[in-house]
Amino acid sequence: MVLLNNKSNKYQLQATSAQLSESWFKKISIDWKKYWPLYMMVLPAVLFYLVWLYGPMWGSLIAFQDFSIRHGFLGSPFVGLENFIKFFESPFAFRVVRNTVMINFWNLVFGFTLPIIFALLLNEIRNRYFKRVVQTITYMPYFIAVIVVAGLLVNFTSSDGIFADITVFFGGAPTNLLARPELFRTIFVGSEIWQFMGWNSIIFLAALAAVNTELYEAAIIDGASKLKQIYHVTIPGIMPTIIILLILQVGSIMNLGFEKIILLYNPLTFETGDVISSFVFRRGIENAEFGFSAAVGLFNSAVNFAMVIIANRISAVLTETSLW
Amino acid sequence: MRQTSGEKVFSVFNYFLMFILCVVMLYPIWHVAMSSVSDPVRLFTERGIRLLPIGDLTLKGYELVFQNPNVAIGFMNTAFYVGVRTILSMVITVMAAYVLSRKGPYWNGAISKFIIFTMYFQGGIIPFFLMVRAMGLMNNRWAIILPVLVSTWNLIIMRTAFAGIPESLIESAKIDGASDFRIVWTIVVPVAQATVAVIALFYAVTMWNTWFNPAIFLTDRALWPIQLILREILLEHAAVTAAQFGAAGVTEQPMFHLLLQYSTIMVVTVPILLIYPFLQKYFISGVMIGSIKG
Repeated sequence: MVLLNNKSNKYQLQATSAQLSESWFKKISIDWKKYWPLYMMVLPAVLFYLVWLYGPMWGSLIAFQDFSIRHGFLGSPFVGLENFIKFFESPFAFRVVRNTVMINFWNLVFGFTLPIIFALLLNEIRNRYFKRVVQTITYMPYFIAVIVVAGLLVNFTSSDGIFADITVFFGGAPTNLLARPELFRTIFVGSEIWQFMGWNSIIFLAALAAVNTELYEAAIIDGASKLKQIYHVTIPGIMPTIIILLILQVGSIMNLGFEKIILLYNPLTFETGDVISSFVFRRGIENAEFGFSAAVGLFNSAVNFAMVIIANRISAVLTETSLW
Repeated sequence: MRQTSGEKVFSVFNYFLMFILCVVMLYPIWHVAMSSVSDPVRLFTERGIRLLPIGDLTLKGYELVFQNPNVAIGFMNTAFYVGVRTILSMVITVMAAYVLSRKGPYWNGAISKFIIFTMYFQGGIIPFFLMVRAMGLMNNRWAIILPVLVSTWNLIIMRTAFAGIPESLIESAKIDGASDFRIVWTIVVPVAQATVAVIALFYAVTMWNTWFNPAIFLTDRALWPIQLILREILLEHAAVTAAQFGAAGVTEQPMFHLLLQYSTIMVVTVPILLIYPFLQKYFISGVMIGSIKG
């Protein structure tokens, strides 16, 4: 069957299956004799993926179990979809899915477009020294630990922090902003932009540098203004990059990282800040409800996987750019 | 080329915007740096934008940080995690990237798909946590290192870089009788050293900044990396900090709390901020996009 799926061997389809498997075994044994040192070199990585990434995939079957540490993976009874039903019947299901989608949506709107705009603007800076300094400074937040970013946010948004000072300047009352549910998403997305805008622009700067300069020269001869050059040459030039990244981003719309969320949220802001992954963490690792939280996690992974496939499919049809 | 007046206005506006952006990016760290050498009591009472240290310059905060035994142990642990992880990760990633960048081997396509699939589908945190537990790695240093040895993204970036190395270079070494293992370390790595350096930096920085896996796997404080100590100082109750720094005689002086926060942030963050600008010009080669296809 492996052979039948292999395009390069299509001509062999007429042969009998006995001949097929014989020639296939011959082929892989020649391949092994020639390349076994290479296969030995890739083995540690393959083992790593098998244990640490495929292992948990099998482990996620506990989502269908009434799992307990005492009985273990093999001994815990299967309960079908009970964990999933329990999640969707709980009041939390709607809340965490909504929060995940909302935070990701705003992150997509700003976190994705601002690096592109920033790269376009930076590309227009002619002074190379100034450009380099801007790059160094805007990449910096990427290298700062999440713990520090969270610590700074707590400090700056507290009732005697800088943001409170700004509020007071405009005539408001100083409050602890992280205790206000209506502001949680804004603070979170804002800090993501601060941390990643510069770094995420690198990929677009690389794409911009690869745009053929002759196209600009031709556009100038045709009398195109700067704005028209950007619209007709620059943007089409970096479009494939934008689309690939957009697919990846849309595909991970349910896959919001929880590290910063669990450092920033508190019971006061669960209403707007609690996302699927933070909910899984709290119920699974803190409360040890393993089967239940694994089900929520598996639901998240499955939706996420479907999103990647759908986004990729849509892009393949509309723009002829796709991941695979 | 002459600029039109509209373009001149845009240009001025653009430089100004970039300047403002830099101020916004830089301010939080500048605020911390200035506060870390300020008068600890006035830190509590004075508010607003802080462009210069307030009160008399003092290194008291840094003194307390370095005298603290928890910070010292945290640094030692972090050094161990970063060092061991970076070396092991690089060895495994470089070898795998080299193999997968070769065109010949029959199984390469399947292995690449096997690896890339994990970018789109994961088992999730709970099975992962239980697996580490079941393997008896709770409270073990290797729980911090082994599960994160290979980053798919880094592996693919490196594979792309290695694929750009001329086949003839590798073939001629083979004719001279060099094994693949030798070729990787004596030819491929030196030729692609910019990418190799950037990937090593990525591996080191992510480990330096890691806190979540240590937080769920390590209960023994003697194994904690510096980030967990930092979390206590920054995000947990002041009383915890006071207890933490009790050994340094600060329990009766809660006024040092803010100063300590600021100086600890500096001590943990500055080492990285000193390194990355040197590799900055290679970052572009580290994020090539075509690489994730296939």
